[in-house]
Amino acid sequence: MIILSLLPTSNRCSVTVPAVLWEEEEKKKKKQPQTVTFGSNEASSMVKQLRQSFKSGKTKSYQWRVSQLKGIAKMVEERESDIVQALYQDLSKPPLEAFVAEISMAKSSCREAIEGLQDWMKPEKAKTGISTYPSTAEIVSDPLGVVLVISTWNFPFLLSIDPVIGAIAAGNAVVLKPSEIAPATSALLSKLVKDYLDDSAVKVVEGAIPETSALLDQQWDKILYTGSARVGRIVMAAAAKHLTPVVLELGGKCPAVVDSNVNLEVAVRRIIAGKWQCNNGQACIGVDYIITTKDFAPKLIEGLRKGIEEFFGKDPMESKDISRIVSPAQFKRLVGLLDEDNVSDKLVLGGRRDSTRLKIDPTIVLDPPQESQIMQEEIFGPLLPIVTVGNLKESFEVINSKPKPLAAYLFTEDEQLKQDFVENVPSGGMSINDTILHVTVHTMPFGGVGESGMGSYHGKFSFDAFSHKKSVLYRSFSGDASLRYPPYTPKKQMVMKGLMNGGLPGMLLALLGWSSHNSGTKS
Amino acid sequence: MATTIDEKEVTVFGEEEAKQLVNELRVAYDSGRTRSYSWRVTQLKNILRMCDDSEKEVVEALHMDLAKPELESTLYELGMIKNACKVALKELKNWIRPEKAKTSLTTFPSSAEIVSEPFGVILIISAWNYPFLLSIDPVIGAIAAGNAVVLKPSELAPASSTLLAKLFAQYLDTSSIKVVEGAVSETSALLEQKWDKIMYTGNGRVGRIVMAAAAKHLTPVIMELGGKCPVVVDSDINLQVAVRRLIVGKWGCNNGQACVSPDYILITKDYAPKLVDALKTELDKFYGKNQLESKDLSSIVNSNHFARLSKLLDDEKVSGKIIHGGEKDKEKLRIAPTILMDVPRDSLMMNEEIFGPLLPILTLNNIDESFDVINSGTKPLAAYIFTNNKKLKEKFVMSVSAGGIVVNDTTIHLAVHTVPFGGVGESGMGSYHGKFSFDAFSHKKAVVYRSFTGDAALRYPPYTGFKLRMMKALMGGSFLAILRALFGGSKP
Repeated sequence: MIILSLLPTSNRCSVTVPAVLWEEEEKKKKKQPQTVTFGSNEASSMVKQLRQSFKSGKTKSYQWRVSQLKGIAKMVEERESDIVQALYQDLSKPPLEAFVAEISMAKSSCREAIEGLQDWMKPEKAKTGISTYPSTAEIVSDPLGVVLVISTWNFPFLLSIDPVIGAIAAGNAVVLKPSEIAPATSALLSKLVKDYLDDSAVKVVEGAIPETSALLDQQWDKILYTGSARVGRIVMAAAAKHLTPVVLELGGKCPAVVDSNVNLEVAVRRIIAGKWQCNNGQACIGVDYIITTKDFAPKLIEGLRKGIEEFFGKDPMESKDISRIVSPAQFKRLVGLLDEDNVSDKLVLGGRRDSTRLKIDPTIVLDPPQESQIMQEEIFGPLLPIVTVGNLKESFEVINSKPKPLAAYLFTEDEQLKQDFVENVPSGGMSINDTILHVTVHTMPFGGVGESGMGSYHGKFSFDAFSHKKSVLYRSFSGDASLRYPPYTPKKQMVMKGLMNGGLPGMLLALLGWSSHNSGTKS
Repeated sequence: MATTIDEKEVTVFGEEEAKQLVNELRVAYDSGRTRSYSWRVTQLKNILRMCDDSEKEVVEALHMDLAKPELESTLYELGMIKNACKVALKELKNWIRPEKAKTSLTTFPSSAEIVSEPFGVILIISAWNYPFLLSIDPVIGAIAAGNAVVLKPSELAPASSTLLAKLFAQYLDTSSIKVVEGAVSETSALLEQKWDKIMYTGNGRVGRIVMAAAAKHLTPVIMELGGKCPVVVDSDINLQVAVRRLIVGKWGCNNGQACVSPDYILITKDYAPKLVDALKTELDKFYGKNQLESKDLSSIVNSNHFARLSKLLDDEKVSGKIIHGGEKDKEKLRIAPTILMDVPRDSLMMNEEIFGPLLPILTLNNIDESFDVINSGTKPLAAYIFTNNKKLKEKFVMSVSAGGIVVNDTTIHLAVHTVPFGGVGESGMGSYHGKFSFDAFSHKKAVVYRSFTGDAALRYPPYTGFKLRMMKALMGGSFLAILRALFGGSKP
């Protein structure tokens, strides 16, 4: 149904898409004088209102959480075509990609939360020992309160709804700030959240820098930000003013190391899937650059060339199966990376660009200098540098000389190399012999380290990210050890030490030594 | 207690020195030495030895800094440290082992695991009230997780700080574990550097400064702060036991100068007199008639804090409410266990963390009013309730948000290493103790392993209607849908 409805549009897509974009911009500009500004006052009163909602206790109930999660599931199910349409408008995202990468991930996230929620909400029993005998203990998951989710433009639907699912599952009230760089999705999210969810506790604030700043001035109980390291610092600094804990999902240069002993065809397909099939390289976990041996590089390049043609046709710019560059600003930046001296002459594939349609070919450059921009900043686009080394072990040094990335990939059949890679390359997460896939395994946390971020989410980790794990210890009035109490005598000290050092036997020994001087202090 | 002579001899630790220090530690870390199991075990065993060998010196330093009673020093500082070490030594192999994770049909065939990776170079900024425990306990976690670490002890406990520097140099691997002594300027120099994680124990004001500094480098932080830890006392309980546990959690914990010490009490008007009588009786038993000078009570740490606490007491809204104690000795920095009744909610005492031997009691008409009182303040590091009423217990645990809660006791949850110790809101973020310490200083890296077999062509372009239908069916999980897609669809 989706394909059918899109077919007519796709024929015109190369002309209409940018036109649609500009039209939206014009409409927005005309609207502005009439739009209500969202400033500090509005932000503050929104937070106040949400705190009231939270205080009322409604978001803490299992029923509320499940009803909201079901609402999200319904929303994704019923409005799938609207969502796909918006993603196409914002990014020319192919419907299959939209489905696989955003819609189905959102659906399964929802499903996991609905299925897991009762267990997740249950307090976790903890063992107690002799030092607090008799006692029982548990860890209770408390919602944090009112949380802020700041989303991004490249997977604008998923990266908005997925954290919101976690926040709701954990019993919080939540404000979502979608990215203005994906305006159709932002507007759609605002509408859908109003239509399907509880407006008294789940809100969407659209806007750009002024609105985000107004939000960041407020006191939140947690902030989850997805985006760049530069803005991540700004978010954390704002959070510091209120001692607000943060989850930052940032980026980095995700390397893919390719050994010569691999099944080249499969490896190539998976690399292409992790680069140009991932929003055309505009993905935080997308393959940023490749490292391979000097000897293997020509084979790999040829393999990639064949694979790209197989997937996207002889003229990839005409392919409907690849997203475009999101904006003229990003386009300009990417072209800049490519046209830098000492980089432009290293081109081995692609390189064509079309500024009216915001398209750049799948492009490969071979051994650009390490000091070039393309090797220094996160590319976030369809340009793929290949760096060659004499021996694959040297790849670790190349990777570790840069900030820790959000993901790192290795293609090899060498078990030792796999082990060394996992042990010696710090990164948010890793896939061996594939790309991207580790983030779909929701029994594992998704998050960065160092410049690529802090904290994590997905699956139960989302629930945990938005909960406070409160320790609770239960004691009774019996079994009161008077040894604890002043006056502190040398004997009491000896017995207590015995207990702490040697557990029960230690205490008994000390007690035996003490009992002959029993002063009769009863509990 | 640095004299001018000492200050002249001390080398300046500024930005240059801090930078060099971090570089040195990075080189040590990059060499891989801190990652080996044997290195970690050696350091932990050395910490144990250090505690056993130096007990006397530690007790003496704590006595110099805080007049801390020997029992508190040996039990609540050394005893806790040794336990932390023992738990880490016992469990380390398990903690280090990657954790297998289940994979599903979407990534079939594959295997997955979560690998614990050290962050790298850690900064630990400690506090003055439990200067050994709050320095070494986090260091134990950092080491167990395989990191290099710098410890900055508090200058407000100078004898302990100096002793820590001496002992660390003597017992631990100085290439990877260092102590930097000093005050604000040294701490600032340290905070300018890029760390892989920072743990700070102290107050909210400085906590904000630490987090802001960390933000510049995207350094994750753990902050163990404080708050006003309330104690709700219900009627119909074993009052004697409750009161003894209250006293030991308040005055038996560094004379109230502890982040988890009971700060104030909430009780019904009817029951309050009984509580007060019981408190007075047990206080006399514990500390004798001259409570101001009892050797079993710590002093106030310094004249600044003495002045601060005096001010709380001298507040005109409050001074008439003293019902027990109130004696002070400015020279000896002593304040006696002091109880106050119904200080006004807008007094200074009810609006800042007391961190001293003053215990206000607020009376209510009905014990349920305590929830509003507690929730009107910021979230504390701990909250306590003494009750036998099951419903009240449940309500308390469900509706009071605090770092941790203890029912029918105080402070003792710190000894349970199977539960995390940390704050929420103004009382902090992150946690540690036991395995939580290891986790606090590790990055949990998700790893998926695949082979080259089982490559689903459905994933790849060109995207056709068939592929889309198939993917949807597969991801939806319905077998019928898969069949439909397979047989109902057009050829790719």
